[in-house]
Amino acid sequence: MREGQKKLFAGMTLLAAVAAVASYAFLSSPKGQSITLASTTSTENSGLLGYLLPIFKDESGIAVRVVAVGTGQAMRMAMKGDADVILVHHRPSEEQFVREGYGVERIAVMHNDFVIVGPAADPAGIKGMTDVASALGRVRSSRAFFVSRGDDSGTHKRELSLWAALEFQLGDDDGDWYRQSGSGQGATLNVASEMDAYCLSDRASWVTFANKRSLQLLVEGDPLLLNPYSVILVDPRKYAHIKAAEGQQFIDWLVSEHGQQLIAAFQIEGQQLFFPDALEVAKE
Amino acid sequence: MNEFSNAFRTALQLLVEMDPGLFEIVLLSLRVSLSAVILAAVFALPLGAFVALTAFPGRRSVVILMNAMMSLPPVVVGLVIYLLLSRTGPLGVTGLLFTPTAMIIAQCVLVFPIIAALTRQTVFDLHEEYDEYLRSVGAGTWQKITTLLWDGRARLLTAILAGFGRAIAEVGAVIIVGGNILHSTRVMTTTIALETSKGDLGMALGLGIILVLIAVIVNTAVVTIGGGASRRTV
Amino acid sequence: MQSQHHMLPLVVIGASYVVDGKAIIEDVSFTIHEAGLTALLGPNGAGKSSLLKLCHGLLPLSAGSIRWGDADVQEVQRRQAMVFQRPVLLRRSAAENIEHVLKLRGASAGERARVIEESLDWAGLAGIADMPARKLSGGEQQSLTIARAWALNPEVLLLDEPTANLDPAATRRVEDLIRSFAGAGKKIIMATHNIAQAQRLADEVLFLNHGRLLEHAPAEQFMSGPSDPLAARFIAGELVD
Repeated sequence: MREGQKKLFAGMTLLAAVAAVASYAFLSSPKGQSITLASTTSTENSGLLGYLLPIFKDESGIAVRVVAVGTGQAMRMAMKGDADVILVHHRPSEEQFVREGYGVERIAVMHNDFVIVGPAADPAGIKGMTDVASALGRVRSSRAFFVSRGDDSGTHKRELSLWAALEFQLGDDDGDWYRQSGSGQGATLNVASEMDAYCLSDRASWVTFANKRSLQLLVEGDPLLLNPYSVILVDPRKYAHIKAAEGQQFIDWLVSEHGQQLIAAFQIEGQQLFFPDALEVAKE
Repeated sequence: MNEFSNAFRTALQLLVEMDPGLFEIVLLSLRVSLSAVILAAVFALPLGAFVALTAFPGRRSVVILMNAMMSLPPVVVGLVIYLLLSRTGPLGVTGLLFTPTAMIIAQCVLVFPIIAALTRQTVFDLHEEYDEYLRSVGAGTWQKITTLLWDGRARLLTAILAGFGRAIAEVGAVIIVGGNILHSTRVMTTTIALETSKGDLGMALGLGIILVLIAVIVNTAVVTIGGGASRRTV
Repeated sequence: MQSQHHMLPLVVIGASYVVDGKAIIEDVSFTIHEAGLTALLGPNGAGKSSLLKLCHGLLPLSAGSIRWGDADVQEVQRRQAMVFQRPVLLRRSAAENIEHVLKLRGASAGERARVIEESLDWAGLAGIADMPARKLSGGEQQSLTIARAWALNPEVLLLDEPTANLDPAATRRVEDLIRSFAGAGKKIIMATHNIAQAQRLADEVLFLNHGRLLEHAPAEQFMSGPSDPLAARFIAGELVD
């Protein structure tokens, strides 16, 4: 073979190899219908979505692809058009999201609650308290370690509003007891567990958290700790590519009697973690 | 120590049970990282050789840049590509965000400088050795490139394996551009991150052991396949 | 492949090679008319290597001219082959090393196979065709580079101190190959600092020192009594600087 011919052959083989790799690599489009759901790490970590979504897929043929980030980030993702539906838990943000035209409507789905966990030694002495404001007040005066999500998530925003109710402003000298992990619930609980610190967590994440060590559930039941979730369809008038029909189908399913019953039936270690809200709202 | 024995037991269990979830994750990891490395190598090898052999104005700066980009933080690469691929970003129409393709692109960007820079160094050294001879027998630039690349194949293979190591082990880029979506863009490293964040440290470590095992298998395979060549390589 | 244009005579006029202000080769002029083996003789650092490379086109002239007969300047290098002091071999088998240069010249697969076999046979290397070239002994390696040059069928062979690093047995082997080359009618120019080697092989001698050509004479005449005093001292075995 002449030198020139050989080069041509080598070049074509190379091209074929690249094409083969590229086509294998790039032909990754998911088969069938799918929507992108931006939700929170707490919802994901609880296992609820892993339980619900396969059932929805079986019944509707629509695959729900979950990107689990903090509430703040989930909303910003949706505002950039990178998600079709969001499932989050911070009412003021949700209302603003709809008000600014990004979401069609806020629809209540379920609620769980927040709890305060902390070291068994309980230096702030808050075990068993039902008034979360007082409990946090004691944590602050004892200057015991407290780990915050610090990540603009629904949980973080709730935590900040609880501190605000105490008229407590974080100051520069609070750094020695108030720590911000900037991470999801599980990672934050890890930090709290290692540091023997107090922490605000949603109940579902707490129950499923596998590295509790000496952490215990200390405070629960205050109405201020109620944690309602809403589902919102990203407005297709904002972004034409939003899969509005499938997204609406998912939302309708979630708030249907069937969907709501499934949510109520979800249990971890014998505990029901999420309480359906849609039917009660519908009844109103 | 308890975490470690727990981890080994978990790893063994996963392997023995041939857990299909694990299989899916491992397959995707390999698919993403191998694709990224091959794609990067196809362009990085000739580019590295070219920069080594051709004098052009500003070459020194290009070499410094190539070497510096070996230290690109994966999470920054992930962020930049996320912004590019986001629906509101310049490449949003491609709809590639949160797909394995986006992950391949991100890892390709990470791996490319490693292979290019190491290729450049290898070819440069070989060039010193062979320059007079190659000029004497009248080799053109392309012929020089192919000759030197083949002659340096042992070192270049190591560079490619280094690229693969970087790709299969990183989590910052793939988690941002992939979204760690179950059954879709979840790979070994993002699963380890997830399990760690759920506090399931035994599982996380177990998966980590499997990841290292896979790296060993891939490296062994490469060395064995290249075994014939390595006998003739000194 | 042989063109009508001849490579000889080699006419060098006022050749100079200057690097960083230092003259490695200074105002060298000579003409070589005949085939056979011309030795570039002189102590280390005399500039023999550089002159050889200037003639091969590996180094650029700073001044003067080098003309190979009436051959086309573009073609000159292609009609020569060079052997370096340290054998330059690729990391592949002996046969593949020869195949590499044949591919560069555009030889067909069949032609390549034939020439490789012939060249290795000629150099007495038939048995080690598939051995990794870098694992061969010093003598075998240098024989291989000469076989590779043979495969190119050049009209001129340039050698830069080919046996400087070899033991006597390997040296003898290599010198036999060089003689064989010369016997085939090729022009050979060989740089060496080894007087005995020049005596054994050379038909004519160019004596260099400090980049200058001090004497150009037929070998017999030079060896029995050079005109240049420095050359005479060199022949006598003195250290000449």
